[in-house]
Amino acid sequence: MKLAYWMYAGPAHIGTLRIASSFKNVHAIMHAPLGDDYFNVMRSMLERERDFTPVTTSVVDRNVLARGSQEKVVDNITRKDREERPDLIVLTPTCTSSILQEDLQNFVERAQLDAQGDVLLADVNHYRFNELQAADRTLHQIVRYYLQKARKHDQLPAGKTEQPSVNLIGSTTLGFHNQHDCTELKRLMADLGIQVNAAIPAGATVSELRQLPRAWFNLVPYRELGLATAQYLEQEFGTPYVDVTPMGVVETARCLRRIQQVLNAQGAAVNYEDYIDHQTRHVSQAAWFSRSIDCQNLTGKKAVVFGDNTHAAAMTKILAREMGIRVVLAGTYCKYDADWFREQVSEYCDEILISEDNGEIGDAIARLEPAAIFGTQMERHVGKRLNIPCGVIAAPIHIQNFPIGYRPFLGYEGTNQIADLVYNSFTLGMEDHLLEIFGGHDTKEAITTSISADSDLNWTREAQAELNKVPGFVRGKVKRNTEKFARDRGFSEISLEVMYAAKEAVGA
Amino acid sequence: MTATTEPATLNFECETGNYHTFCPISCVAWLYQKIEDSFFLVIGTKTCGYFLQNAMGVMIFAEPRYAMAELEEADIAAKLNDYDELKRLCLQIKRDRNPSVIVWIGTCTTEIIKMDLEGLAPQLEAEIGIPIVVARANGLDYAFTQGEDTVLAAMAQRCPRPAEVKEEEKAERNAIQKLLSFGRQSDANAAEPEVKAVDHPPFVLFGSLPDPVVTNLTLELKKQGIQVSGWLPAKRYTELPVLDEGYYVAGVNPFLSRTATTLMRRRKCKLIGAPFPIGPDGTRAWIEKICTVFGIEPQGLAEREAQIWANLEDYLQLIRGKSVFFMGDNLLEISLARFLVRCGMTVPEIGIPYMDKRYQKAELDLLTRTCQEMAVPLPRIVEKPDNYNQIQRIQELQPDLVITGMAHANPLEARGISTKWSVEFTFAQIHGFTNARDILELVTRPLRRNAALEGLGWDKLVQTEATI
Repeated sequence: MKLAYWMYAGPAHIGTLRIASSFKNVHAIMHAPLGDDYFNVMRSMLERERDFTPVTTSVVDRNVLARGSQEKVVDNITRKDREERPDLIVLTPTCTSSILQEDLQNFVERAQLDAQGDVLLADVNHYRFNELQAADRTLHQIVRYYLQKARKHDQLPAGKTEQPSVNLIGSTTLGFHNQHDCTELKRLMADLGIQVNAAIPAGATVSELRQLPRAWFNLVPYRELGLATAQYLEQEFGTPYVDVTPMGVVETARCLRRIQQVLNAQGAAVNYEDYIDHQTRHVSQAAWFSRSIDCQNLTGKKAVVFGDNTHAAAMTKILAREMGIRVVLAGTYCKYDADWFREQVSEYCDEILISEDNGEIGDAIARLEPAAIFGTQMERHVGKRLNIPCGVIAAPIHIQNFPIGYRPFLGYEGTNQIADLVYNSFTLGMEDHLLEIFGGHDTKEAITTSISADSDLNWTREAQAELNKVPGFVRGKVKRNTEKFARDRGFSEISLEVMYAAKEAVGA
Repeated sequence: MTATTEPATLNFECETGNYHTFCPISCVAWLYQKIEDSFFLVIGTKTCGYFLQNAMGVMIFAEPRYAMAELEEADIAAKLNDYDELKRLCLQIKRDRNPSVIVWIGTCTTEIIKMDLEGLAPQLEAEIGIPIVVARANGLDYAFTQGEDTVLAAMAQRCPRPAEVKEEEKAERNAIQKLLSFGRQSDANAAEPEVKAVDHPPFVLFGSLPDPVVTNLTLELKKQGIQVSGWLPAKRYTELPVLDEGYYVAGVNPFLSRTATTLMRRRKCKLIGAPFPIGPDGTRAWIEKICTVFGIEPQGLAEREAQIWANLEDYLQLIRGKSVFFMGDNLLEISLARFLVRCGMTVPEIGIPYMDKRYQKAELDLLTRTCQEMAVPLPRIVEKPDNYNQIQRIQELQPDLVITGMAHANPLEARGISTKWSVEFTFAQIHGFTNARDILELVTRPLRRNAALEGLGWDKLVQTEATI
């Protein structure tokens, strides 16, 4: 038993449901007690989904406990098959069915006899896998099922597409900014003259899956989801894959160069160097941003990064390599894939933390006192408590992390978004800090009736010059505080001495 | 020949039980806040934890006094000793938080692997010196608010008997009374004359309500000369009310049937079966019934109710003649439907997870009577509804408002059907005369919003009408 307040990755069935509900016309039936269909609420709320979430429950209650599910699961599958005519029904086990040990595979086989659509049992064990692993496995399982089926019926298309083409693998519902990332990747591919053969699972139908082998290569942008499918496709059809996450300027370029290599190996004769150069220097603002004085001010500032493998690793590299920020700690909650993370970030950070324990991460942040955190919603709350700003870069996430506006993290537009995120986090922290030095946000007593602090007090030239050195956004505040101090003590002129005295008094 | 009239009895149906609701473990979220010295330990899996973490949203960041005892594979396979494991965790909780009570919430998993929580608790309680209350609030047996029912039923067993309470402690336990009479002495002379307390047997109310509502309802009864001698649950576990044979008890919420049963059978209390104090009509009927039992002539209730209704007129104008469909998920449905019928709405269907016709008898009678008086058809009451079938019926009936869970709210809105999220009724203050306005604030919100957006022509926002 483990005492737990918070968890980073959800239970296995959530992963399966994310895959099932990403496809079009695929229905998931959970074998679960009442109340376990909370997934529907999350999808409906977080994604503001207009359609009913295609997930229902075959309810496990006392009767099932006493006598077994018997006909119930089979009836529920065939009923759903009749009602909604899905292409595929995925029977999804939960923690409850894991211990009941009913022969769900047998139910699936029996239901398949009556059902028009296909029926599959998701091969995930609650006690062995988490949400991310389960999603990866389920996607692989569905792809394998439909390719084997196509092969059996001799429906596999022969050969590759005429033009270079790609399958984008791994964009799902409830994925962090997945929808925007997918759009950005499609734009990127269009720029490169690469046809998108398929994008799975989000928005795809299962009948499209048999077209997967026609692509020249597969692109797997996220470490956690899609790799098993890409490896399977390589093994079965020799389709190479690119698993470099195009997040950040350097990594996007690396990803494009890998694509170039993979395509040229198949005789495409493409050269993306000009494109990369043009994008980097003129289209994306991130490279210019890292040269600008804004970013100069961030040099050597301390940051902590924590999240899933993909986003935490990419973010660490961006901060350290592209912005000159010192990453004092980089961490991931993907314990099962910790070696990869270590290898990715070890040269870019002081310390690595692999943990699923929110308390441990909170303690590390408190100890290190970074100027900013890049983490999940949980780190954002740690930051709130410690007064450290936080940019959210990975799930678990809240509704505000499903923006309506276009906010990719991948590709060249993604680099712009990340630059904003980083810069805004740090300036907020800086502003906060300055405000504290100069006496807080709220003036307890009004000095004048108007908000502007025009007054009859004279500032000496030196004091005025000193005042002008104060950053613009807090200058008015400093001016007001100083003048208030001077008035309270009956000074008619504000000299440097008065100014310092005011600062000390306010600070005291 | 007799005139053809609507059937005078309610029509009960039962469907497949395939509906969306919250897991009953969600009750920890409001109970840990209510019982300030408690700690709730949910013994379950990642699934339970994930639900709590997401359903309770920001609350979880406020250092909640609840946690998961997350079962791992070794626990399931009995490779680890349950007693030792629970002892380890409870000692840690004792060290970190030092609560006055630890409530163990049994889940589906502890049911299936038959972990004997009731057996382990007394042993561990003796060993660590903190009371351990066991409530089996699992999704195999219960829905949403019934979780509170299982916790309160278990707590009812812990209420002290008069002999067990020392004199000085008694004053402490009567904190509510003390609070209410605080500063009263001087007021009483100046303002209205104090209502003389009637001599009646000790009377305890059960159901967890926010403190302002507790004060409010207690005062309403005090105006009739009725003394509330305790409330289950109290603000602190150490203040649980004294219960003894012959005490009178009354429920404030419709989902507390197990608690009522426990109080009657195990504690030999007398249950006052009344409608629930939801809406001004319900509140009046609730007080009247309690008065009747104690042989009191209720004072000024009719005027009080009329006054409340008059104040609601602006909201009533918005909903009169409109129809409302309850999909059913929190057991407040009968009371809310009864109130809304009195407001002038029609109710084609009341979905409800579980219908205790004995515990809710007075409420059901009031619903029937209200429908007759308002001359509207009696609703069909669908126990264990089937959400899929309900959505077909909603498409057919096109009700003006659907009260439903969040899983269906957005999809229905996208199809031009106004919805109100049912969970809000559980967390909002809806009891007593004073809070009637809050209920209508919730009910009318989608209607007011839609009125504000009217004329934009954006009411249907799905491209092709899906089959479901």
